[in-house]
Amino acid sequence: MILSNDLALAVPELILAISALGLLVVGAFAPRQTGALALAAMGALALAAWAAAVGPIGRGFSGGMISDQASAFAKVAIYIASAVAIPLGQKWFERKAIRNFEFPILILLAALGMGMMASAGDLISLYIGVELHSLALYVLAAMHREDAKASEAGLKYFVLGALSSGLLLYGSSLIYGFAGSTKFDDIAVAVQAGAGTGVLFGLVFLICGLAFKVSAAPFHMWTPDVYEGAPTPVVAFFAGAPKLAAMVLLARVLSEGFAGAADQWRQVLVLIALLSIFVGAFVGLAQTNLKRLWAYSSIANIGYAVLGLAAGNAEGMQAMLVFMVLYMVDVTGFFACLTALSREGRPMETIDDMAGLFKERPAIALAMSVFSLSALGLPPFSGFWAKFYVFKAAINVGDPMIQIAAVLGLVGSVVAAFYYLRLIKVMWFDPAPSGTDAIPGEAKAVAIGAALFSFPVVLGALVFLDPLAKAAAAAFGLAS
Amino acid sequence: MSIGLTHYLAVAAILFTIGVFGIFVNRKNIIVILMSIELILLAVNINLVAFSVYLHNVTGQIFAMFVLTVAAAEAAVGLAILVTFFRNRGDIAVDDVSVMKG
Repeated sequence: MILSNDLALAVPELILAISALGLLVVGAFAPRQTGALALAAMGALALAAWAAAVGPIGRGFSGGMISDQASAFAKVAIYIASAVAIPLGQKWFERKAIRNFEFPILILLAALGMGMMASAGDLISLYIGVELHSLALYVLAAMHREDAKASEAGLKYFVLGALSSGLLLYGSSLIYGFAGSTKFDDIAVAVQAGAGTGVLFGLVFLICGLAFKVSAAPFHMWTPDVYEGAPTPVVAFFAGAPKLAAMVLLARVLSEGFAGAADQWRQVLVLIALLSIFVGAFVGLAQTNLKRLWAYSSIANIGYAVLGLAAGNAEGMQAMLVFMVLYMVDVTGFFACLTALSREGRPMETIDDMAGLFKERPAIALAMSVFSLSALGLPPFSGFWAKFYVFKAAINVGDPMIQIAAVLGLVGSVVAAFYYLRLIKVMWFDPAPSGTDAIPGEAKAVAIGAALFSFPVVLGALVFLDPLAKAAAAAFGLAS
Repeated sequence: MSIGLTHYLAVAAILFTIGVFGIFVNRKNIIVILMSIELILLAVNINLVAFSVYLHNVTGQIFAMFVLTVAAAEAAVGLAILVTFFRNRGDIAVDDVSVMKG
């Protein structure tokens, strides 16, 4: 039966949707069982990751859903990152005496939406995936209801997120009208010989909408405020997985739907990449709050991922995928460190708060140094390998526009080195005021795990990551 | 003069522009921002339905149905966040949304 073939492709989504709804009912009747609910949600994510890894390859729901190596790669990474976010957030909310059983369920719904984004094959499923994950993230950002900053962050995220969805939709409607279909395959046929003005107009709107979601400049203005205001473990979640999902979605739309207009979208992407790298590097210099600082760092890093995308071939896609996965580990680890640190009950969020941290909390300080050096791109940490892939792809493409952009990108990362090194200097050499609170176990575990991944585990992991990302990039169907 | 596709597209484009300006230029009330967001989504729906009729293709109308549904969910989430904001601040003026500097 045809429907059962379709459903076989959607097994990870079905697992997540059913368990999210089931857990919501359980939570409504037993709201005190937050620990059990969190465990069940993590189990569902692990099951979904496994289902995505071993699931069938193909296209279902009349082309609306694509299950291939790329979607499997992205889904496994996204589901694992979501599962890690659950204990981080759950314990943090418990320490704040907020007993919301909804937290793991919202993470499940966000993971469901991100999985749909990774396997969207149609503008409609693209939109539904984006909205499903965005709506869950808006609520997560405002989850700390008594905190004025958190609700302000949620409100800003909502307004700008809704605007970006509107741009994305307006673009989709123009593409539908001028290309005659919402399916990526049919759009590809329509723009085979280059896109007309109407389709290009729509494509630019679509790219702008998705650039909002990945916080690429010039659509980044929500990022610092939302990162600063939202609860730290929530930031640890949405600095990683949603961006990977949106980048994979962008890669899929551009390569499967608009390969014929590659020359046009590559110019737009190079512009976005360079703006992101420089905004992230220069505005980051002025920041004193670490959450804002890492918001700018994430803007800069997204710039490098977009640069990989702008290369417009299979190697560039592979570079983007490797980059996003390695960066996701770094950023999750860094924000896990920030969730762990507080001084007499007050969270330590500014650079000055970190003074002398190495003498007080050597393990956390060492982990934060590793993440900073890695985000800076220093060998042998994972961030170096991530940037290495991107620059290799950018140089190999043999297009002077991309090569010049890569050189400028290197300059940007040298500028950004200042703020990472300043943080390390403050942590290692400044006098310590002492009095930090005990480090909670789960945050320490995530931080140390991610730091060990950054070096040395990454060297072994790349042996597996490289061919997997290569197969995933090949699934987008671009020339190598 | 008969009303053709371009007329619908023009109306949708005007509505869309009003919506975007409503978000950025509005200095009064956050409810107005929510209304602007709805305006943007309605502009998209006009586009979709007009194209759907013009192309003799029902996909656009299905898309419009999805947009309507999601718009309802989005408004619900937005208002819920607005309520928590109001409880913390006692006000929903746009100028107040600035504890954090952008």
